[in-house]
Amino acid sequence: MASSYDYDEPSYDSRSYPPSSQASDVGYDPNFVPDSVKTFVVHLYRHIREKNVYEIHQMYEGSFQRLSDRMFRESPWPSVEAVAPYVDNDHVFCLLYREMWFRHVYARLSPTGRQRIESWDNYCSLFGVVLHGVVNMQLPNQWLWDMVDEFVYQFQSYCQYRAKLKNKTEEELQLLRQYGQAWNVYGVLNYLQALVEKSMIHQILEREKEGLEQFTATDGYDYEGGSNVLKMLGYYSMIGLLRVHCLLGDYHTGLKCLAPIDISQQGVYTIVIGSHISTIYHYGFANMMLRRYVEAIREFNKILLYILKYKQYHQKSPQYDQILKKNEQMYALLAICLSLCPQTKLVEENVSTQLKDKYSEKMLKMQRYDDEAYAVYDELFSYACPKFITPSAPILEEPLTNYNQDAYRLQLKLFLYEVKQQQLLAGVRSFLKLYSTISIGKLATYMEVDEPTLRISYMLLNPSRQSDMVIIFCVRS
Amino acid sequence: MVRERESQQQQQQVSYTVEQLVAVNPYNPDILTDLENHVNEQVSSQTYSLDANLCLLRLYQFEPERMSIPIVVRILIKALMAMPAPDFSLCLFLIPEQVQMEEQFKTLIVLSHYLETARFHQFWDEAVKNRSILEVVPGFEQAIQAYAIHVLSLTYQKVPRPILAEAINIEGLSLDKFLEYQVANSGWALEKGHGRSQLIVLPRNEFNHPELKKNAVDSVPLEHVTRIFPILS
Repeated sequence: MASSYDYDEPSYDSRSYPPSSQASDVGYDPNFVPDSVKTFVVHLYRHIREKNVYEIHQMYEGSFQRLSDRMFRESPWPSVEAVAPYVDNDHVFCLLYREMWFRHVYARLSPTGRQRIESWDNYCSLFGVVLHGVVNMQLPNQWLWDMVDEFVYQFQSYCQYRAKLKNKTEEELQLLRQYGQAWNVYGVLNYLQALVEKSMIHQILEREKEGLEQFTATDGYDYEGGSNVLKMLGYYSMIGLLRVHCLLGDYHTGLKCLAPIDISQQGVYTIVIGSHISTIYHYGFANMMLRRYVEAIREFNKILLYILKYKQYHQKSPQYDQILKKNEQMYALLAICLSLCPQTKLVEENVSTQLKDKYSEKMLKMQRYDDEAYAVYDELFSYACPKFITPSAPILEEPLTNYNQDAYRLQLKLFLYEVKQQQLLAGVRSFLKLYSTISIGKLATYMEVDEPTLRISYMLLNPSRQSDMVIIFCVRS
Repeated sequence: MVRERESQQQQQQVSYTVEQLVAVNPYNPDILTDLENHVNEQVSSQTYSLDANLCLLRLYQFEPERMSIPIVVRILIKALMAMPAPDFSLCLFLIPEQVQMEEQFKTLIVLSHYLETARFHQFWDEAVKNRSILEVVPGFEQAIQAYAIHVLSLTYQKVPRPILAEAINIEGLSLDKFLEYQVANSGWALEKGHGRSQLIVLPRNEFNHPELKKNAVDSVPLEHVTRIFPILS
């Protein structure tokens, strides 16, 4: 089961920038607020109060990134306490600022155990405020998506973090003991579920189908003086739930959580490219694990074509690296699916060309179903799969081990087991392509099976696998 | 009589509540015992609920000390009985590797493998050897027989008797009785084959009669399949 891809590699996990040392070494003063930051928060605060979504978006996507690049490459932004006086100590603004603050630390630095826990607290407060229905803002969809996406990402990251106990300091272990509730799986799932329910997003989507509600038409925004925050967080939480369930290996329930979103069409989920990609990536992956290869191939094909056409427009965006990464992973998954379930008509020409460029040799190997083939399946699966988690609380007693790879190993093992079952059917498929009728005797000869001593046996490709239906039988004499 | 009905109603009420819980409040350790009871109910009343069972397996993932091996075994057997649905694999994804290494689980995985590859002879051999594990769930044999018949009906228009016998593990007089029942109630028919052999004609469906197939776009090989293999006769 050895994988040629190091599952633990930090660069696989990180965003665009390598983690650097904690800012305390670099002379970081959390209380120092540069003028540009003052200006930034003052303007952002004003735009949020005035519900000026366009300006908010420009500042969120543009100014924040530029300032981070210029001034905060290796240190966090100023602390929220230092910034609060410039924004009337507004409670909600401070929660939003802190959310961005932690996200920046995760993206460009390396969060400490304490910071991870504080970030959890911040999400609890932020979601708490939203769930109480007292929020009156309109925020850009990109920001709201990033919140949910980051929430799930930090959860996944924390599960990895707390499953690596071997080299933890006593201080870190103490933190884990003391704050057992931080990033607990119940909390994460229940917040996402609560956002879905409180936002009534299922009902909104139902009513929209009947023409009783405007949602997609307004991109989720509220043009009647209300707030889009709860609604959109609820919407994006459906995708968040799909993602968490995939991390747990529960593909069936994950797909159920996504079911209210019709992915056969454009929708609110396609507005923000990150949400579009995350949805289809997890949808396709879940279908692949459920052996619905044709469905997975269809959706991967669509999104890969979309990315091919439109990625140039996102080159400057902070999400660009993530887009490219997911793109590569989905080509790998497409290669796997096509090797398990060859299809000629489902892949668009340009996507097919890209696929051949990247994986033609590996696909040939995978279709041979020998030991080398398994190594390639292993490699591609390990590269492209989500970072599965062990959701249970760590056992903080000796012997302290690293068990962060257990969940991944199980999913890989079961996947390769399925590949092996497919192997039994692969040889038959090639014969079927050649003959329209064939006698049992001839088939036995070609399959190199000794006819008189054959037992009756069937090889059936289960229709639930959505692959070819193949039956052979050999006759007892 | 009255008491029986009352307890039946109570049982129905509890199941209703469990289904509701799973739909509305699934991420909640307090429902774990209810879900375990629900599994036992599924076993005794020969019903089945995939969502409730997945919910329980998830909770076991969240709190491994509370995992009950006998309950998990029952869930897996119920999942086998749901074939051709892929429920068995769905459950395996949620069961830790160490647990799957235990003998009972290895056996169930082997049984599932035989069923997936339609090796019914080996399946029944193995099932007989492990009767003690499987006996805990009433209706197991019938469910697998129904699956075997389903597989045969995808493959054959007319099944030779020995093949049917092996697939459902019934022979002789018992098989005669079984066939009588199916002819009377399920639209089966019996024909004479070569010599004194018997052919069983299963109901027509889109798999053994491609002309019935509604949508020919997807699976090209289907037409191949029924033409390629001459029916044994």
